Amino acid sequence: MRDMSDRKDNEDRKSIIFSFYKAVKSFGNIFPILLGIILLLGLFRTFVSDRMISAVFSGDLLRDTVFASIVGSISAGNAVTSYIIGGELLKEGISLIAVTAFMVAWATVGVIQFPAEAATLGKRFAAVRNAVCFILSILVAIVTVKTLMMIP
Amino acid sequence: MKPDKKKNNIRGKSKKVRYPGIYFLGAVLFLYLIISLYTPGNIAKSLTASLDMFIHVLPALVLIVFFMGIVNHFVYPRTLSKYVGEGSGVKGWLLAICTGILSHGPIYAWYPLLKRLRDQGMKSGLIAVFLYNRAIKIPLLPVIIYYFGIRFVVILAVYLIIGSVVQGYIVEIMDASIPDSAARG
Repeated sequence: MRDMSDRKDNEDRKSIIFSFYKAVKSFGNIFPILLGIILLLGLFRTFVSDRMISAVFSGDLLRDTVFASIVGSISAGNAVTSYIIGGELLKEGISLIAVTAFMVAWATVGVIQFPAEAATLGKRFAAVRNAVCFILSILVAIVTVKTLMMIP
Repeated sequence: MKPDKKKNNIRGKSKKVRYPGIYFLGAVLFLYLIISLYTPGNIAKSLTASLDMFIHVLPALVLIVFFMGIVNHFVYPRTLSKYVGEGSGVKGWLLAICTGILSHGPIYAWYPLLKRLRDQGMKSGLIAVFLYNRAIKIPLLPVIIYYFGIRFVVILAVYLIIGSVVQGYIVEIMDASIPDSAARG
């Protein structure tokens, strides 16, 4: 009886080790892509300043909103950075719709991360997801600001 | 003979999976090399920024590998499909929304785990919902409230959740309209 339970314990332990081995192995497959993404983000941080991001806005609502989504999509980094840039843009007179679109696109669309997403979850999935996120960033921004304006 | 053939097949398959990543990393390193010829100082800055990011992300990566191990060992395809699979219903959508909001770390760190979950039966639409709801970051709420006010943040969060469901449905329809192998890339 004890032998049987010892064997079962041993098998369980083996399978736990195997489960983690499988996890490390499949993570190892994606690791070069993650490393590449981190190195790209390093380049982005060095060559694209907050001031450069602010410079593309002109004051035209429609143009700024679409531009904001594009800039948010190709930007990367912690969401706090997008809030700070968004706050500064707002102070400079850029519309709240454009600023919201920028922050939503920053958080949901990942152009720099696209290779990693396509390699793991499929090209079609990544393309559809990012395209829908881009369109939604504009729509969410419009309805958010319109709702905010309706509330007294 | 058979086991060897099987082994070779497995090796062949893993090579197919590994090479795109290595090519991508090689291309990025090549880009670094080209830029270093013109502005070596900026390359040093970029490498330092990347190292900072890597150190920052490392705990999340370790956690993800741990989760993957746990999923491999304890979560069976049948259990998973009950919660986030084809027949999961509203429960699955709510679970994807809540886990997306509560998840931490950079988005790319979650891809391997999500791939594993999808291989075990998680719906593509729910993966999209999970990823979209990562836009709502509870620890960062004080910062966004400071800049934009609580009313704006609450309205934005509600529309982000609605947007995530819309996106989930679209991704699911697109995914179902094409053959399985093509959908997986």
